[in-house]
Amino acid sequence: MTQGGVLRAAPPLTALLMAGPVLAGLGALAIPLSDGDGLARLLAWNGLSGAVRLSLVTGVVSTLVSLALALLIVAALDGRRSFRLITRALSPLLSVPHAAAALGLAFLISPSGWIARVLSPWATGWQTPPDVLILNDPAGLALILGLVVKETPFLLLMILAALPQADPARRMTVAASLGYGRFAGWALTVLPAVWPQIRLPVCAVLAYAMTSVEMALILGPSLPPTLAVQIVTWSMQPDLAWRGPAAAGAVLQLGLVVAVLAVLWLGERLVAVLGCRLAFTGRRGARLDGIVAPLAVVLAAGSAAAVGLGLAGLGVWSVAGLWTFPDALPATFTTGTWESAAPGLLAASARTVALAAISAGAALALTLACLEAEVRFGLRPGHAALWLLYLPLLVPQVVFLPGLHVLFVWLGFGGSLWAVAAVHVVFVLPYVFLSLAAPWRAWDARICVAGAALGAGADRVFWRLRLPMLLQPVLTALAIGLAVSIGQYLPTLAIGGGRVTTLTTEAVALSSGGNRRVIGTYAVMQTLLPAVGFALALALPALVFRNRRGMRGAT
Amino acid sequence: MTGLVLDRLTVRRGGVPVVALDLSVRPGEVLTVMGPSGSGKSTALAAILGTLDPSFERTGSIRLDGIDVTDLPTRARRIGLLFQDDVLFPHLSVGGNLAFALPPERRGRAARRAAVEEALDKADLRGFADRDPATLSGGQRARVALMRTLLAEPRALLLDEPFARLDTDLRGRIRDFVLDRIRAEGLPAILVTHDHEDARAAGGRIVDPTGRPVPDAP
Repeated sequence: MTQGGVLRAAPPLTALLMAGPVLAGLGALAIPLSDGDGLARLLAWNGLSGAVRLSLVTGVVSTLVSLALALLIVAALDGRRSFRLITRALSPLLSVPHAAAALGLAFLISPSGWIARVLSPWATGWQTPPDVLILNDPAGLALILGLVVKETPFLLLMILAALPQADPARRMTVAASLGYGRFAGWALTVLPAVWPQIRLPVCAVLAYAMTSVEMALILGPSLPPTLAVQIVTWSMQPDLAWRGPAAAGAVLQLGLVVAVLAVLWLGERLVAVLGCRLAFTGRRGARLDGIVAPLAVVLAAGSAAAVGLGLAGLGVWSVAGLWTFPDALPATFTTGTWESAAPGLLAASARTVALAAISAGAALALTLACLEAEVRFGLRPGHAALWLLYLPLLVPQVVFLPGLHVLFVWLGFGGSLWAVAAVHVVFVLPYVFLSLAAPWRAWDARICVAGAALGAGADRVFWRLRLPMLLQPVLTALAIGLAVSIGQYLPTLAIGGGRVTTLTTEAVALSSGGNRRVIGTYAVMQTLLPAVGFALALALPALVFRNRRGMRGAT
Repeated sequence: MTGLVLDRLTVRRGGVPVVALDLSVRPGEVLTVMGPSGSGKSTALAAILGTLDPSFERTGSIRLDGIDVTDLPTRARRIGLLFQDDVLFPHLSVGGNLAFALPPERRGRAARRAAVEEALDKADLRGFADRDPATLSGGQRARVALMRTLLAEPRALLLDEPFARLDTDLRGRIRDFVLDRIRAEGLPAILVTHDHEDARAAGGRIVDPTGRPVPDAP
């Protein structure tokens, strides 16, 4: 009886958890805005127009490029042999925290980075690092590049998940038999069915790209920085007077995101009309394939290589002894960096893992409770539930977290590990839920009936049948949750008030100092921890079900 | 030599032959390939259409109106296809679906629109151009699907159990419509089915996927 009560409460509780912090954080903006001259001080800041322009340009351009690239890869290559290879190369990038990917990329492309080293001095003639602003360039190109290589795998995975509902095989056969090229056929017949399913993820990427703080700190320009970075800088000032312009900036940032999402909504309609017009002309676009397919391969391999090589470079730095420009590899190797960094690394790792375990564990428990409640009480979550799930991903962190922190401090538990963990849940849960919902709902309900016919109650069916059979997707969802928590920067910083440090906050803090050896150790640990989670998620079910052929290959 | 020629076309999987066809189909003739499910009917169609999975080994050749199309990609073969389901594109109007198939050489919105109207006329669907395919009946959808296939000006037609999903009373009418149009256009066609009535109505030879004649059972 009580059990049913708890389960019944799970969906509304989860909804409250998704919407509550966002709304509370937004509401808390009113306090600093109501008294004082926040808006005036924001408008008086002479970097404002530059910061707004940066936020718009880097966010919109990087999202459009990642979306185009992900669509290009699927349209040009799905079903070909190279496709599996490329998706395999790109999907591990998902688990790499944004900060680690950005730090790796920074090392790769900086004037003293790996690319410059490999080309010097024989091709460039450089004996010392050139004095050019490749990293943190004022136009935000490095930031755009970083966002593209990180968001493309995410969008690619979202498209792949949406694809089966779009009936691609038959539509592509019809298009081909009518004389259409592969790319044109995909764009005109499959994409219209894929788009409605990836609209929300694209909006989430757009909102993130416009307001990312850690990537903008590492790769973006500083004078002025992006609007999001400036809001955080103001929010973290000990002088509370800066809360005013920070709150005004947050409102402006929210307005920018809403405006861009509205433009996207209009653009979507425009593209649909133009697409139908194009389809009416009957142009087959067969010659496009010769250009598009190689382009897709090169760009996909390029983005995988950018992150992979960047991380490898950081790994090399972490064990580098003497490494002068323009040597491609260090002259000597040492474990000294790791040894001296060990105490700090271990402490930060322990906190990171604790936060991840608490938040991902809580998110998984809530997700399971919600999904089980769906089954037992015949609930049919609709569009509103999906929007609610995406709410914390659509409303930028930088907009509602500072307000939420003020609220937490006022309530008396600001800056604690538990407060940070609770806020991590808000960002971890959507990913855990989205990853687990599909396999959970697709589970063969006849097994449930068979179990019930044998006299098993609902609890027994859950614990003895459904959960064990879905062990693989449950652990994958948990690993995703751990990875998301490990990668969180702003929630840890803002809610922890700077007092709760993790691998991610430390790595970002170190990035401005430029000690690549120490940065390397933190970035390597930051990449390694989520990877261990995914490895366990793969290995455990294989071990548990090693004598059960029917449980193999289940994803 | 006009028509569709399968010249010792064989398809093997793991060395086991699943398709062995050595025959020619004249313009206007409808050859039927019959057999229970899993007998290689769909594999035969995939081989002719050029969508065979690489795990199959194909030998022999396919010629269409004297041109060897064996190594051409599907889009260049000019072989039309009708599925069991109509596979109309739900995001395009009925007219949009038809214009999608119309060759691009027919230029200009007005001219294309006229060609679409003409095709709808032939299918007794006058005035349907702006309709949403989802609002059509099964029989109407089947006719639109056929007209879409024909508008691409194919040189041969493959029919993959196109009547299997239709109600019994509708089935005969749509079948006659499709077969009449094939004869009127003078297209060589191959019908894949497991239904004897369909095979008999097609009026051509009846073989199994390995080329053996199928006796006309009840």
